[in-house]
Amino acid sequence: MSGLIRPYRKSLPLLAMMVPGICLLILFQYFPMYGILIAFKDFNMSQGILRSPWSGWDNFVELFGRRDFLHALRNTVVISCLQLTFGFVSPIILAILLNEVRVEFLKRGVQTLTYAPHFFSWVILGGIVIFILGTEGPVNFTLFLLGISPIQFLTNDYWFLAVLILSGIWQSAGFGSIIYLAALTSISPELYESASLDGASRFRRIWHITLPGLRPTIIVLFILSLGNFLSAGFDQVYNLYNPLVYDVGDILDTYVLRRLTLMEYSMAATAGFFKSFIGLILIVIANSLANYLSDGEQGLW
Amino acid sequence: MESRGSGNDYAISWNETTEAIVMNHFKRTWGDRLFDSGNALFLILLAFAAIYPFIYTFVLSISSASTALEPGFKLWPKEINFSAYEAVIRNPDILTGFRNTLFRTVVGTISVLLVCSMLAYPLSRPDLVHRKGWTLFILLTMVFQGGMIPSYLLIRNLGLIDNLLVYILPGLVTGFNVLILKNFFQGVPSSIGESARIDGASEWRILFTIYLPLSKPVLATVGLWTAVAQWNAWIDALLYINSDSKQVMQMFLQRIVIGNNTEMIERNMVGATIQDFTPETIKAATVIVTVLPILVLYPFLQKYFLKGAFLGSVKE
Repeated sequence: MSGLIRPYRKSLPLLAMMVPGICLLILFQYFPMYGILIAFKDFNMSQGILRSPWSGWDNFVELFGRRDFLHALRNTVVISCLQLTFGFVSPIILAILLNEVRVEFLKRGVQTLTYAPHFFSWVILGGIVIFILGTEGPVNFTLFLLGISPIQFLTNDYWFLAVLILSGIWQSAGFGSIIYLAALTSISPELYESASLDGASRFRRIWHITLPGLRPTIIVLFILSLGNFLSAGFDQVYNLYNPLVYDVGDILDTYVLRRLTLMEYSMAATAGFFKSFIGLILIVIANSLANYLSDGEQGLW
Repeated sequence: MESRGSGNDYAISWNETTEAIVMNHFKRTWGDRLFDSGNALFLILLAFAAIYPFIYTFVLSISSASTALEPGFKLWPKEINFSAYEAVIRNPDILTGFRNTLFRTVVGTISVLLVCSMLAYPLSRPDLVHRKGWTLFILLTMVFQGGMIPSYLLIRNLGLIDNLLVYILPGLVTGFNVLILKNFFQGVPSSIGESARIDGASEWRILFTIYLPLSKPVLATVGLWTAVAQWNAWIDALLYINSDSKQVMQMFLQRIVIGNNTEMIERNMVGATIQDFTPETIKAATVIVTVLPILVLYPFLQKYFLKGAFLGSVKE
């Protein structure tokens, strides 16, 4: 019996140390989880979550009947796909190019400058983007010099998407390349030497040595990106969008936020739950896929 | 390069090696050199493109009103004028925002380091009961969250709406930070803690006098990471804070730059002798003022800024 108690007694001071953290965790992370019930209830602020009547799937039926929700869903998917195509690939390309640089100070200099945008909020970056793309800004000035009439980048549906993707790359490609660069340092230089001695061109060396060396890292980071598929960068979109581009720019998170400000709590909670739930499924699928592709080597669990 | 005879070994391998070197050198001179220069040029252009928007904003902020209105690349100011900065600094809202942001950055970072260390240290000890369970308990929160609405309702019910503590408390425990610290603590040789324990030191003393001092690099990195996040945070301020006296820099910046409302700044300059600014220069100055602390610290603390990326890639 004492054998059962002793480990507990020994751990007591340690457990005591954990108390504040665990309490905070339960309060701010676990407690809100039961808020997902709102999605299944006819939520009434005065009755609170527990006493509001159940409504089964009614909220979901209503939500999916709303055109603006469906637009938000569609936009989120479109933007995420674009981000995965261009935004995911950019740090990889940048890392490969940086890796080929032999001049150390050039490499360091480029890195310092390209990493910088990552450390600022989208309030800041969005503001800067608005300056650059404004009608008196340098981009439209360049167009003017080329004889092209000014483009309203932030109010045109198609340009807005381009702006989202490109500015997203501006912010994250530099910093994202760090992880890939770190993975590249673990590739043995002998591989490159013997390849070039065998007559492999630069391109072939990159294709056959560099890229396979990055494969594990790419897979892991891709899984993580899939888990976030329905997020599509709320910060960025919120600070750059405006009612004129809601048609293409409104994503799930901004939709939820607008429901909140309109006090449509049920719809907001339902949409939020939908997003979290799908996200969880996606990350499980992606992880299984990664495990399958690499014989259990690469996966989060 | 197998050796073919005893006496002639050296001669043969020398020739093959020279041939290889010559071949290699040839390859370097042609396609490789071209690639290297092209690559270098491309990367330099890229780096310039990354930094140019900041340059533009800065030059805009110190331009006089007339030169600010002229379209151009603004790589350097034609006429320098700090009127916009004067307008921004004179504004009491900006100072309030600055003070509140500073508060949440300093207090928030210190408390996060403290609370997460207090969670990470016990988790790093193999003799903690249900250690795996606790670890899972914490990590689970990284994968699944309640969502915006439940969190909003919770904050409301806790009475934290419009309370400065809402900047600190909800984000105190992050699974990520706890994981990083825990991994580091596990790397500290247990013999150090053991001998302290035998000498009668309590776990608290061991944590504060042994483990934390040893963890300075990790604490610096996690701390810096948290500080930047706190400095840049604005969503919680948007959702939970109503009074301007408690609002953060980012929110005022958002009103001015994204919301296109420079009136709040301009009205402070009514009656001032020099009013050489435009709404654009004011917006630009506000951006620079918000960005300045990070920009100034960045070159010096670059090492710590970047370490954060690696910490995330270490698999358990």
